[in-house]
Amino acid sequence: MLVPSLKVQDLIEEIRGAKTQAQEREVIQKECAHIRASFRDGDPLHRHRQLAKLLYVHMLGYPAHFGQMECLKLIASPRFTDKRVGYLGAMLLLDERQDAHLLITNSIKNDLSQGTQAVQGLALCTLSTMGSAEMCRDLATEVEKLLLQPSPYVRKKAVLTAVHMIRKVPELSTVFLPPCAQLLHERHHGILLGTITLIMELCERSPAALKHFRKVVPQLVQILRTLLTTGYSTEHSISGVSDPFLQVQILRLLRILGRNHEESSETMNDLLAQVATNTDTSRNAGNAVLFETVLTILDIRSAAGLRVLAVNILGRFLLNSDKNIRYVALTSLLRLVQSDHSAVQRHRPTVVECLQEPDTSLSRRALELSLALVNSSNVRAMTQELQGFLQSCPTDLRADCASGILLAAERYAPTKRWHIDTILRVLTTAGAHVRDDAVANLTQLIGGAQELHAYSVRRLYCALAEDISQQPLVQVAAWCIGEYGDLLLEGSCEEIEPLQVEEEEVLALLERVLQSHMSLPATRGYALTALMKLSTRLRGDNNRIRQVVSIYGSCLDVELQQRAVEYDTLFRKYDHMRAAILEKMPLVERGGPQVDEEAKESKEARLLEAAPVPTEPQASKLLDLLDLLDGPSEDAQHPRPLDPSPGGALVHLLDLPCAPPPAAPIPNLKVFEREGLQLSLSFVRPPETPALLLITVTATNTSGGDVTHFICQAAVPKSFQLQLQAPSGDTVPAQGGLPMTQLLRILNPNKAPLRLKLRLTYTHFGQSVQEIFEVNNLPVETWQ
Amino acid sequence: QSSTRHDTAQSEDTQQQIIRETFHLVSKRDENVCNFLEGGLLIGGSDNKLIYRHYATLYFVFCVDSSESELGILDLIQVFVETLDKCFENVCELDLIFHVDKVHNILAEMVMGGMVLETNMNEIVTQIDAQNKLEKSEAGLAGAPARAVSAVKNMNLPEIPRNINIGDISIKVPNLPSFK
Repeated sequence: MLVPSLKVQDLIEEIRGAKTQAQEREVIQKECAHIRASFRDGDPLHRHRQLAKLLYVHMLGYPAHFGQMECLKLIASPRFTDKRVGYLGAMLLLDERQDAHLLITNSIKNDLSQGTQAVQGLALCTLSTMGSAEMCRDLATEVEKLLLQPSPYVRKKAVLTAVHMIRKVPELSTVFLPPCAQLLHERHHGILLGTITLIMELCERSPAALKHFRKVVPQLVQILRTLLTTGYSTEHSISGVSDPFLQVQILRLLRILGRNHEESSETMNDLLAQVATNTDTSRNAGNAVLFETVLTILDIRSAAGLRVLAVNILGRFLLNSDKNIRYVALTSLLRLVQSDHSAVQRHRPTVVECLQEPDTSLSRRALELSLALVNSSNVRAMTQELQGFLQSCPTDLRADCASGILLAAERYAPTKRWHIDTILRVLTTAGAHVRDDAVANLTQLIGGAQELHAYSVRRLYCALAEDISQQPLVQVAAWCIGEYGDLLLEGSCEEIEPLQVEEEEVLALLERVLQSHMSLPATRGYALTALMKLSTRLRGDNNRIRQVVSIYGSCLDVELQQRAVEYDTLFRKYDHMRAAILEKMPLVERGGPQVDEEAKESKEARLLEAAPVPTEPQASKLLDLLDLLDGPSEDAQHPRPLDPSPGGALVHLLDLPCAPPPAAPIPNLKVFEREGLQLSLSFVRPPETPALLLITVTATNTSGGDVTHFICQAAVPKSFQLQLQAPSGDTVPAQGGLPMTQLLRILNPNKAPLRLKLRLTYTHFGQSVQEIFEVNNLPVETWQ
Repeated sequence: QSSTRHDTAQSEDTQQQIIRETFHLVSKRDENVCNFLEGGLLIGGSDNKLIYRHYATLYFVFCVDSSESELGILDLIQVFVETLDKCFENVCELDLIFHVDKVHNILAEMVMGGMVLETNMNEIVTQIDAQNKLEKSEAGLAGAPARAVSAVKNMNLPEIPRNINIGDISIKVPNLPSFK
């Protein structure tokens, strides 16, 4: 006896009737049990209904893996109803990661070759959605045949399936390139749309294909022209614009074909001018076409007059009342800011106004664009605007805004004082959102500007007195007061109002910082050290300081306790050396911002053991202090070389005795090649330092497409020490442009056999690539 | 309630998280803002954005990468909604809830493998109608045996006499099995 099964709608109604999550779960679990039983019993009549219910439940987030096999059975059934649900199930449940997915390949093959149009459509749809590489390889010929089928319905689906197949299996490009010429003669819009997508995919993958398809530029121009004037059919018109989707696709393809190619660009010049001036912009569809036209004009080698027209159109759009238009205008201008910088600069005032938008999508874009527009001539005005924005902007944009301002300040600061002021203002407004290295950068900056020590310490003191909650600000202020406390008390400084500060006040402030529950442990460390330094800077007696220091000797925080104990010892046993040890710090060298980035990226790489390049002058200054306490005979004036790794590798370098005769040059090694991008290594063993190996990684690009966002990371066995220096850049330009180089320093004191693993990530031809490999055939001279 | 299609392989958990995050981001939006949304940790990183349109109580959200024309997608959503309207005859929210499979079928005629397939509403509707007809006719055929059985069960068969007396000939009618 058949238990009557629920219809899909009835199940949905039951689920919606459930008042609580638990009730819903109950209903669903009960029904799933029924469904499972029905699958076991193998009832063919109702299978499609059971699967449909299961898919609904799956959409709500419940497990449905037990339906996978049923999909297979349904697809194999002769009934359309079954196939429809079966294929839908395959798309939802059988992705590449499931082992079962390959089993439908045969059914798809049969359906593609023998099915009715509707069935072929189903099969193609499924293949293009979840087809894995193996499936695509197996079914490529079937799809190719369908490209020539009489039915436009099937052909248009076959074309898009071909795009998917090429994405999964790039070698199939050779199969699907030849039919394109024929397909471009189609009148059916769906087929044309798909064909153009296919051609774009082919061109983006292979410079040879790109060259080949440049021939069709005149044909594309003709198609677009026809669309504009007579229109193929009124059926495709959206708000009076004939098939804007097809127009946009054609324009995108023209962009790809015309880029860097004078002849093609010239062929499309007139047409682009025509579109740009004749498109009706009262409705969204027209604007979509116009935007695409503008982007194309600006990306190809267009006539100067046309370029000016294009940028002006964008400028007009920036003032449009429709928010969507403004958004797209901002996005487009961002794309242009590198190539047409001066043109975009003209719109700077409007862009800055957009910062005031209440809509976060718009203000975010405006922020990005504003930051990109900062240059040395407008830096003061722009920073002013951006600081204003920082005060009122939504929280998710604060971090970006703060770091953007700091970066711009670093690049274009007109004076050191302005720079210090700017950073100070950012720290006061948005201290919690700045990056970690802001503190180090500011102390570095102040330390290096001797003439501004007095100014800085006063400003920081005032800022600190007002607010001790913004941690980065407090840290910098504490450090500064510690270093330059004597200047604080001296009374006069022309640049700001005279400030009368008593010693007791200064000490009290630092003590407040120490005691405040808002202060992070690191901050308290700064404050304690500052207090200690003041013991030599201030003229009064040091009882108060000594008291604080001894109290913190029993602090629960281990770091603080250690410092306090050491300082206490300094008072008691080494008082004669205190002045020398606590002298003003010499300026510490630091790596540039690029090196910071490198350090961050290496730290983030979970796979690798690369040692980060040292960039924390603050940490090492404290290290200096503590180290010096261990070795009282060492001279405080020479800063230790920066190296957080415990071995102090660079110290070894300095200690090594002089040297064996220069070795013969080691041959270069080509280690990687893919689609025109090549990587080779060259090796140097400096004769004075036998344990050191310098590797220069050189990346060259002979392909037609630039390689961007290039990052190279390296790993070596544990007994080695590796240091990656900053690369010369992150772009390897196409067609033999300037190669990118990066230096690796490897220390191999044990003369162990060298093993090197490289990890590359980059973007090439619009694809993200990641490659990890071990370098083979390293010459023995690299480590022996 | 939501109907979703994911064109890239993701675990079920991730899919649900993405849906939740999308809902969260989109429902926070005011009325007077643009239709584009970025940010969101799970939505494929910085290259992707959400483009949505608001119709009565429903949001239609498309997640696209940077290669798509933003304004074009707005029109695409409009075509999709108009097509739904035509196929369901004045579509309402309940239609979409109770006929999720139909929604999938319609979408499959417009977007395939993450790419735009067809935007001509008439073509799409014609195809959907043809497919629905096909399903209906199959349901008719498949239903036949079941209907026959129930029809016979309910037939009122006249009583068959066990003995037919025609004068002096006595014919014994065999015991025919009952139809029950």
